[in-house]
Amino acid sequence: MVAYLLITLVKCLVVLLILLTAVAYIQLAERKIVGRMQSRVGPTRVGPFGLLQPAADAIKFILKEDVTPDGAHKFLYVLAPMLAVVLALLSITVIPVGPIVHLFGITTALQITDINVGLLFILGVTSLGVYGVVLAGWSSNSKYSLLGSLRGGSQMISYELALGLALVGPVMLAGTLSLRGIVEAQAHLHWFIVPQIVAFAVYLTAAFAETNRVPFDLPDAEGELGAGYHTEYSAMKFAMFFLAEYVNMITVSCVATLVFFGGWMGPLFGPALLRALLPVLYFVAKVCCFLFLYIWVRGTLPRFRYDQLMGFGWKVMIPLALANVMVTGLVVALH
Amino acid sequence: MMLMPDLMQPVKDLAAIATGLSVTFKNMLKPPVTEFYPEEPVHFEARFRGVHVQQRDESGLEKCVACFLCAAACPANCIYIEAAENTAVQRISAGERYAKVYNIDYNRCIFCGYCVEACPTDAITHGHGFELATYDASNLVYRKEQLLAPLPLAESTTR
Repeated sequence: MVAYLLITLVKCLVVLLILLTAVAYIQLAERKIVGRMQSRVGPTRVGPFGLLQPAADAIKFILKEDVTPDGAHKFLYVLAPMLAVVLALLSITVIPVGPIVHLFGITTALQITDINVGLLFILGVTSLGVYGVVLAGWSSNSKYSLLGSLRGGSQMISYELALGLALVGPVMLAGTLSLRGIVEAQAHLHWFIVPQIVAFAVYLTAAFAETNRVPFDLPDAEGELGAGYHTEYSAMKFAMFFLAEYVNMITVSCVATLVFFGGWMGPLFGPALLRALLPVLYFVAKVCCFLFLYIWVRGTLPRFRYDQLMGFGWKVMIPLALANVMVTGLVVALH
Repeated sequence: MMLMPDLMQPVKDLAAIATGLSVTFKNMLKPPVTEFYPEEPVHFEARFRGVHVQQRDESGLEKCVACFLCAAACPANCIYIEAAENTAVQRISAGERYAKVYNIDYNRCIFCGYCVEACPTDAITHGHGFELATYDASNLVYRKEQLLAPLPLAESTTR
């Protein structure tokens, strides 16, 4: 029992540490890559190639004045960023990064906890994430925040349907909601991207909307709303929203990798140590590809108009996802 | 037939997105245009209009013959010239007269280049100097000595 608790605690700490570092450096990578796409260089001043920029940003966030606007609902105003970041971190706990390993006489899964409805858990937790957005906008007593959160709320709820429906197809093929089970169903390169290409397209688009990223970044449309629902937030509270956005980005990339691209599956070769490490490397590489896609799209596409966003979500994405569910169900039933 | 454009529209949209993505990807691989100014020298096009340079001819004499055409052409009225006669003992320019005083007031100069166009002897030209910032506006009145091109090396050693 003690050993189990200890292992879980260590895993939590390791995941948290890696995740926070990853968020910091994804942000740097984003600024660098988008910079290059716009013929700029991005941050170069702090450390070699700007590599210490995340540290400088963190110090800035900590030292900045923490402002609470007049008329804000204090409790909810403080609660909202916490909610956003906690829910974002919570969904990462069920993400498996590799197969079950045997290390120093301990047999453990490379994920914090392996629950048999992992995918459902992720969907549930990320759908709670909308509370962070809505509460932040409502409690900060600012018109920009309120409008941003209204947009954010309706957008996230609308696209969540498409997101969930898109994942139904692969779940039917795998016959399980466990993320480990879904990955194991894709062994020997039977990646679900091939039979579920429509579901993947819907998932990818909905994931962009779900994480409020370009081209669906209406909740924090700089041109019209200041910064949307987090306009009034400063210092660490703002950093928490920021953190939540990037952790969510990592989560949806992980889910896309697990559900459509065979997770950690890939050709294994070489000595035992390499064989143990390769699955994790495959997983990380696949997730990085998705993260690059996020940044790439951010550097390319303009923002949707609000009515286009809603029309697209309800009239294209959801019917497509539903059709995919029906066809997949038919095929699965006939086999 | 009427339905055809509608059916093709999603394909066209996707193609447009792909085109956009390819543009940014290609641009990402190109070197950025950023210049690291204080650390590295700035890259100028040849026609850049910077701080003026008073040119000399091949023998090291000043090209300016104090004709006042540049001062007349200047819309900002920033050029001040005092002319003097060349003598056999003191020959400054190849012409009859030379500019004893030639000031350009960079408080007023708008770098339009009209003076350069007006000059009949190609004496006044735009150089590539641009670091004019100063704490005292009186420092911005540049004198002829500050504007003159340096003497050719051989000339400066024989004089």
